[in-house]
Amino acid sequence: MSEIPEDLRYLESHEWVRVDPDGTATVGITDHAQESLGDVVYVELPEVGAQLTAGDESGVVESVKAASDIYAPLSGEVIEVNEELLDHPERVNESPYVDGWFYRVRLSDPGELDDLLDAEGYRRLLDEG
Amino acid sequence: MAERTPLYPLHHAAGARLTDFAGWEMPLHYGSQLSEHLAVRRDCGLFDVSHMGVVEVAGGKALEFLRRVLANDVARLAPGRALYSPMLSPQGGILDDLIAYRLGPARFFLVVNCANTARDLQWLREQSAGTEVEVRLRRDLAILALQGPRALERLARAVDVAVADAAAALPSFGLWEAGGWVVARTGYTGEDGVELLLPADEAPGLWRALSEAGATLAGLAARDSLRIEAGLPLYGQEMDETVSPLRCGLAWTVAWEPEERRFVGREALEAERRAGPRERLAGLLLEGRGVLRAGQRVLFPTGEEGRITSGTYSPFLQCSIALARVPADAPEGRAEVEIRGRREPVRVVAPRFVRRGRILVETGCGRGRAPGGGDERNP
Repeated sequence: MSEIPEDLRYLESHEWVRVDPDGTATVGITDHAQESLGDVVYVELPEVGAQLTAGDESGVVESVKAASDIYAPLSGEVIEVNEELLDHPERVNESPYVDGWFYRVRLSDPGELDDLLDAEGYRRLLDEG
Repeated sequence: MAERTPLYPLHHAAGARLTDFAGWEMPLHYGSQLSEHLAVRRDCGLFDVSHMGVVEVAGGKALEFLRRVLANDVARLAPGRALYSPMLSPQGGILDDLIAYRLGPARFFLVVNCANTARDLQWLREQSAGTEVEVRLRRDLAILALQGPRALERLARAVDVAVADAAAALPSFGLWEAGGWVVARTGYTGEDGVELLLPADEAPGLWRALSEAGATLAGLAARDSLRIEAGLPLYGQEMDETVSPLRCGLAWTVAWEPEERRFVGREALEAERRAGPRERLAGLLLEGRGVLRAGQRVLFPTGEEGRITSGTYSPFLQCSIALARVPADAPEGRAEVEIRGRREPVRVVAPRFVRRGRILVETGCGRGRAPGGGDERNP
């Protein structure tokens, strides 16, 4: 059974978001997503300074077998990316919620948070298969 | 309802991620495609390929029949030998590619692609109508592929000494039959190894014994990345009914001699050979960023265009590689591939990257995920 931390928000396309008190948010892909993809071998991240709109393609993650787009869960400016992933894409498999984060954004519309799933909603989504 | 092989309960128990493969519920991997792939290159991997079709062709005219329906010439086979061959349509397209095992003077096994089995059977029955050739699907058999430099050593720990000795004595593409088992020195990974055809009810016992002897369980995902590294074409990717063997790197499998052998598709192929084939199979090494995938366009400096037929990240080379169908006169050297609207540099090379644990191309390509990580089962 894949891990679904209670304190995160989720997108149906299997991204997670951690909202920090300073109005920034960190984005990654879920344990379920990394497990479905298999061994991650390549990650493409947005550029620092890029303005993302919720729903935009904000990156790509590729396993040996397949490529998958990463969608922006929230609108805002990219303020930091996890460059460690460029040399060590396997962090996404090893630690999807901690070391395997993708990027941080400064939220332009915190109201969008209401559109995301909570842990319970995401768990239900996975259970429905 | 998906079909399942006799080993399905063992895959399930081993925690395999299962996938639908042409209507069969098959193991994609058992945790890590990367470590399974590297285990085959360095030690030994065990695959369940029982979804493939085993077609027995027997009867007084079996040899003559197969000399007519296969592009390669089974008359070159002594009993106890196998060969690879395409089976062509009259138009010269590939209906399927298969390995023909000659078990006796007039008795053969054809091991065919899972997705084509029903169509192959129908075609073979139509073509053999009115002859005394018997064409029979052997769903009572399972197939295990044990592949890697230590395959024979692992096999010896798992089976009777008679089987192990017979397997070890086989030349490449040699086979041995006894007690309802066929052991053949064949495979689809570019490594040494054997494929074992045996009664379905004996397969779980052999699978357990090989696993206990240290063979790493490996799924279809690793099988695919291994065969791409080895430059072995796959039906539905590099070839199909619209592609002749001359256009997908399989010209060597067409036996033109003797000239009087009128195999199905010969006339069409002869015409294509006289005109010069328009396309060929090439290998690509990605020097830019990303992963090469089937369907991406290959752009040559000369303005010509090709298309990737299979692409993957190569666990052994640690960069992305691909097989591509390109114009016959497209030059080796540099080209570009379009990945998500961006043009990335690739090097065009011969379509074969790894054989017997050795890298055959100059790589020098980008950073990749290092081998040796992950949870390899063998020390």
